Amino acid sequence: MLNVSEIRKDFPMLNNKKMSNYPLIYLDNAATTFKPDCVIDTVVNYYKNYSCNIHRGDYELSYQISDEYDKTRKVVANFINSEDKEVVFTSGASESLNLIAYGYGMNNLTKGDVILTCEAEHASNILPWFKVAEKTGATIEYIPLQNDGVLSIENFKKAMHSNVKVVTLAHISNVLGYVNPIKEITKIAHEYNAIVICDGAQSVPHVKVDVKDLDIDFLAFSGHKMCAATGVGIMYGKYDLLNAMEPFMLGGGSNARFDMCGNIQLKNAPFKFESGTPAIEAVLSIGAAVKYLEKIGMDNIEEYELELKKYAISKIEKLENIICYNSLAETGIITFNVKDVFAQDAACYLNSKGIAVRAGNHCAKILMNTLNTSETIRASFYFYNTYEEVDFFVETLKEVTVENCINILF
Amino acid sequence: MSQYLKDPMFLRQIIMDHYQYPRNHELVNENDEFQLHMASESCIDDITVEIKVEDNKIVHTGFDGVACTIATSSTSIMSELILNKSLDEAVLIINNYLDMVSEKEYDEDMLEEAIAFSTVSKQANRIKCATIGIDGFLKLIEKEIAK
Ligand SMILES: Cc1ncc(COP(=O)(O)O)c(C=O)c1O
Repeated sequence: MLNVSEIRKDFPMLNNKKMSNYPLIYLDNAATTFKPDCVIDTVVNYYKNYSCNIHRGDYELSYQISDEYDKTRKVVANFINSEDKEVVFTSGASESLNLIAYGYGMNNLTKGDVILTCEAEHASNILPWFKVAEKTGATIEYIPLQNDGVLSIENFKKAMHSNVKVVTLAHISNVLGYVNPIKEITKIAHEYNAIVICDGAQSVPHVKVDVKDLDIDFLAFSGHKMCAATGVGIMYGKYDLLNAMEPFMLGGGSNARFDMCGNIQLKNAPFKFESGTPAIEAVLSIGAAVKYLEKIGMDNIEEYELELKKYAISKIEKLENIICYNSLAETGIITFNVKDVFAQDAACYLNSKGIAVRAGNHCAKILMNTLNTSETIRASFYFYNTYEEVDFFVETLKEVTVENCINILF
Repeated sequence: MSQYLKDPMFLRQIIMDHYQYPRNHELVNENDEFQLHMASESCIDDITVEIKVEDNKIVHTGFDGVACTIATSSTSIMSELILNKSLDEAVLIINNYLDMVSEKEYDEDMLEEAIAFSTVSKQANRIKCATIGIDGFLKLIEKEIAK
């Protein structure tokens, strides 16, 4: 079991921070997460004590920091159960997903091929494929979602066929928090010789993700959603697929040699994808974050967040003024509306009580068709949220009326 | 100016009233060149505004869209304020309003019900809501003046 009050001491943002003169209750963890001291210290330590570039200098400080940098790749590989050389550092999940689309999709798809996805995907996992489709002549098909927004394995099976070359899906949806059956999907996709890209931005921070067990071909995620600094993310790819890919950025660090005739000899993966000086401190911070999460235990994190979510739902279901769209989702994301109050007004009222949530049309299309609303409010937990915070959140939800939303202006 | 307009209770009611019963809440000219779609990058307000001008005078205003209380009611109030005004008068009113919400000096007599938003600047994240439709009206009017 987690000792949340001890854990909270590790986070400066969770100690006596106020918002609108109330104690801050941060429920926007699907957007980004707070950082524990060990992560902040790692970043500061780099600037205070190293501040040198990696893999270049012939001097001790550069050697030492390069060593730390390389070890971080091992830490991450171990975390997702991959080989070190299958871990590529990027600037975040968006870059990872773009790199897969441009580096793999552009070079391996042709007219007649199909990219299979669904309507609940994050823009970063769908827009790059629009470009791939436009350039290669491949087409995009969508797996229909159930009425409640769930992606069922049955619907996937119906949508799968032999022209599908790429299946790209979130492991956990950022809109409704459902866990997609990625392992089963991957097994079936492989029977059709399609590759599976898993957007792990909302899963890797919250549940144990084992790339070998899932057998996925690519995985993308961001450091900042799992307690690390912003500016770093991971692209995992099976090594033979990394070799079949082109980098979409060239420059220092990624080439072994080149000549005046334009011949370039690229380094092997993962290095061929890592041109230019990276966000060194951010990469180091993801190592610190992974160690921190592992110390708490991913299983504990998953279990605690689910309990907290269930507790919140049991209370929210009793409120007559709340419509919840995903009570059954088994992750810490709650998507809801206050009856007769525009989502943004409600979010601003919550803000006036120190509660940070997100109002938005996170993915207009599925919400419009499936949920009959264009905007929702999303509250998303991390392992450092407490039952007391949930209690205050629920009490505050009772007060959300149009009148009260207007009153906060005066 | 009326004493009523200094009473927060009354100002609240103005906003509430314009949110629940928005005025000129209809677009009559689909894809008209006098129409402008305003979508905020920072929030989810999404409003389309339109005007019609005859002899330098605004003879019609309208708006529609999906928006919060502040965006809806501020656009509604302004749609009434600039109606039947000359283009120059309307620009003056709108600029005066924009000065108010950005905490500059302004003439409150010109703003009538719109002074309900005089405190919106306290909530920096809502200034955009209080100006999105009104910025749209201003852009349309400036386009007319430039003709
Ligand atoms: C499911 C999903 N994929 C991708 C991303 C993009 O992540 P980033 O903005 O860190 O690149 C997000 C972030 O919100 C997400 O929720």
